[in-house]
Amino acid sequence: MNAEPSFSRDVLMLDCRGEVEKITASIRGALASMLHRRGLVLGISGGIDSSVTAALCASAIGPDRVIGIQMPERHSADDTLALSGLIANHLGIQKVLWDITPMLEAVGYYAKYDEAVRAAIPEYGAGWKSKIVLPSLKEGSAYALFSIVASSPEGALIKKRLDLNAYLAIVAATNFKQRIRKMLEYYHADKHNFAVAGTPNRLEYDQGFFVKLGDGAADLKPIAHLYKTQVYELARHLGLPDAIISRPPTTDTYSLPQGQDEFYFSVPYDVMDLCLYGKNHGIDPEILSRHIDLTTQQILGIYKDIDKKRSTTKYLHLPPVLMETIPEITY
Amino acid sequence: MPDYKAEVRKFIADRFLFGDDKKLGDNNSLLESGIVDSTGILEVVAHLEERFGVKIDNDEMIPENLDTIASIEAFLKRKIF
Repeated sequence: MNAEPSFSRDVLMLDCRGEVEKITASIRGALASMLHRRGLVLGISGGIDSSVTAALCASAIGPDRVIGIQMPERHSADDTLALSGLIANHLGIQKVLWDITPMLEAVGYYAKYDEAVRAAIPEYGAGWKSKIVLPSLKEGSAYALFSIVASSPEGALIKKRLDLNAYLAIVAATNFKQRIRKMLEYYHADKHNFAVAGTPNRLEYDQGFFVKLGDGAADLKPIAHLYKTQVYELARHLGLPDAIISRPPTTDTYSLPQGQDEFYFSVPYDVMDLCLYGKNHGIDPEILSRHIDLTTQQILGIYKDIDKKRSTTKYLHLPPVLMETIPEITY
Repeated sequence: MPDYKAEVRKFIADRFLFGDDKKLGDNNSLLESGIVDSTGILEVVAHLEERFGVKIDNDEMIPENLDTIASIEAFLKRKIF
């Protein structure tokens, strides 16, 4: 008889020293043997993922071979620049500042975004802030329908469900941010014959929480296999500054602060990590429910949602679909 | 009276399957079959509102009303008559 998989909240605890050795060795191997590049470029936001990625890169190949690109814009959080500068200085890596607001203005992002929000909330105007949110998974909605939340200068909140055109317009416009940032990362990579490091954690990578050819593009992704809980563990092991470790996870995409749970998972990251682990290891929802503040039904719903997101975001992971295989070029 | 079922089937087949409706059963879950996701539901709702002149409220956007061709037909008939 097969034993039931065991489970505790400690399942995600890492052998941090071993993990760092493994990742840094892989980084060196990839650069030397596969990518044939001399160093690494990455976008740094002061968030935990890019900070840990930067630390691992610096540990792998030396800080003099790592360049951190700071790319704030009008909607960036007030502390983004300070925290991204803090991690660069802490690690001793080179940092380059490139405010992308003029580029976003040039492609009409701010105007297009505001127009899309006004289609749902006509009052939206100068001085207003906004973000998009999903219903909480605890609400058990079968359809993950985004709403726009807008805050007036006086602090009044309005929330409206986005219809098709407004939703697509907001996503298309907002994706400019990630794609412009990636374009700049590759500019610096090409200039130095470096490769680009991506910074998604496992949850983001697994659930398609990235923009195709935006933050989804990279030559290597050092923490894509790590649950966010483990990324925090590594951050503490690597001695990263407290200000970065204690910063709440944020998408840093919208003018209103938006937790990553509001945008995509609707469940706090530490709970979502355990659900993803549970799903990946066949943990019975009833067993998992004894350890986290969710009912068996809610966990079942999350397991289904994980599958749904994997299915709907599969195209983000796919390379170009060829009409016929080209056997000489397969990797 | 329009053939709601036939029109909805044609819309879904054309929009999501590029005309290939061989696997599109009247009672198959559009969500479970992966034919329609959450963005797709917005497309279905937008089409129903434009084509049939109905207004679909947020609390009506539930699988019971929209997840199969048969349920969409029944939902439209309740809205229109």
